[in-house]
Amino acid sequence: MVEFIDALFSYAFLSRALAAGLLISLCAALLGVSMVLRRYSMIGDGLSHVGFGAVALAAAMNLAPLTVAIPVVLVAALLLLRFTGSGKLKGDAAIAMISSVALSIGVIIVAKADGVNIDLNSYLFGSILVISESDLWLSVILAAAVLVLFVGLYSRIFTITFDETFARATGVRTGAFNTLIAVLMAVTIVLGMRMMGSLLISAVIIFPTLSAMRLCRSFKGVTIAAALVAVLGFTIGLIISFVWGTPVGASIVVVNFAIFVITAIIGRIYPEKH
Amino acid sequence: MAHLICRNVSMSYEGRTVVDNLSLELPRGAYLCIIGENGTGKSTLVKGVLGLKQPSSGQILFGEGLLQRQIGYLPQQSTRHREFPASVREVVMSGFLNQHGYSPFYKKEEKVRAKEVLSMLGIGELEHRSIQALSGGQQQRVLLARALCAASSMLLLDEPTAGLDAEASQEMYELLERLHQEQKMTILMVTHHLAEVKKYATHILRLRGDGYFFGTVAEYEEEVGKNG
Repeated sequence: MVEFIDALFSYAFLSRALAAGLLISLCAALLGVSMVLRRYSMIGDGLSHVGFGAVALAAAMNLAPLTVAIPVVLVAALLLLRFTGSGKLKGDAAIAMISSVALSIGVIIVAKADGVNIDLNSYLFGSILVISESDLWLSVILAAAVLVLFVGLYSRIFTITFDETFARATGVRTGAFNTLIAVLMAVTIVLGMRMMGSLLISAVIIFPTLSAMRLCRSFKGVTIAAALVAVLGFTIGLIISFVWGTPVGASIVVVNFAIFVITAIIGRIYPEKH
Repeated sequence: MAHLICRNVSMSYEGRTVVDNLSLELPRGAYLCIIGENGTGKSTLVKGVLGLKQPSSGQILFGEGLLQRQIGYLPQQSTRHREFPASVREVVMSGFLNQHGYSPFYKKEEKVRAKEVLSMLGIGELEHRSIQALSGGQQQRVLLARALCAASSMLLLDEPTAGLDAEASQEMYELLERLHQEQKMTILMVTHHLAEVKKYATHILRLRGDGYFFGTVAEYEEEVGKNG
């Protein structure tokens, strides 16, 4: 622990990783509350795979990863939200299809592109070293946007998450709202997948809400608890990763799972009073 | 004066016309039951009245200063609410969303009104409970409370008693009758329960694949007597 705090001040990459990671985890958890409760959990998973494909493509074309990945993931997010809403192509099937295809295309590009030197492992499972100065600034902007959205539109977010049809009937523009969520989701995933890994980023979207739901029975309670769980899970995961040299993304996922187990046990021991 | 006017309304569902050239004028304070077999367009018409779906032709209009988004809507029961973490108060307060523009917080009067509505529906003591922990009948009352917070003068209920046991279902009908009598609410309800329709409704809209009947309950009985 002391060693970690020492290192935090001596290595710029570590303090950047901590700052950006905390902000991204917070955003992922807040957006995750609405996604999980609307049963869109798998969308995050699908999008991160699309993100991997996009980053591989960017590398092959010698472009900056974020400039390709953010728009591609955004388009995928809008499409997936539409599929899931319309029921024409079953949402879960659409997601499974898109995510495996995107992953495959990414792997093919990485394998075949000439002169491309991509560390596949780091893209799939994340790395603590990759957070750059500009990633950190993007994370700050993103976190500010998500927090403003959450506070400013809190009652709308609740109403849409609880009952989208009712929300539409009372004049809420759910289409615009879904687009906004998709934009923020896409940016969160693309930023987060560098550190967490594209195969693991969806865990930080889903786990905090699931853990929070074991403890809290109101929407406000779940939202606040999810934010706290996300921050806690990320910090402990990062420390473990640094101290024991374990992969960062995987460590955070395992810590989140441990938190989930603990909250599930607490939830069993103290069910809702009344 | 008419509260709801349908003027030559046609609506389609998955490319098929299910409501064909429907015209009606419903007076303020009426209690309309919409009946008909499955697939005759009841839910499609409900969506049209709420503005969730545009008619393929014709117009749906409101009188007495009612705006479309001020209809108190009680959707068909869904099982989702059984796992959703929300307090009764959070759900009921969301009914006010159509009134407070872009202000992120609810007003004091709205909190007071929510309490009043809950006690009027006999569930005042549930305010701080989680909706997950309630029975089906209690959940429906909570959603009715939300609809009432959203409603200025018209309630639209889509099979409000589906999935409830006989007793809870009876209580729901009595509650609605009170809202109709005491609060002078105009009520539109999709239902399958003919006995209750005849007991409480003032008007009936019966949708059929090939046409419709609209009239008062007495006119409906006469029509049924004639055609069987």
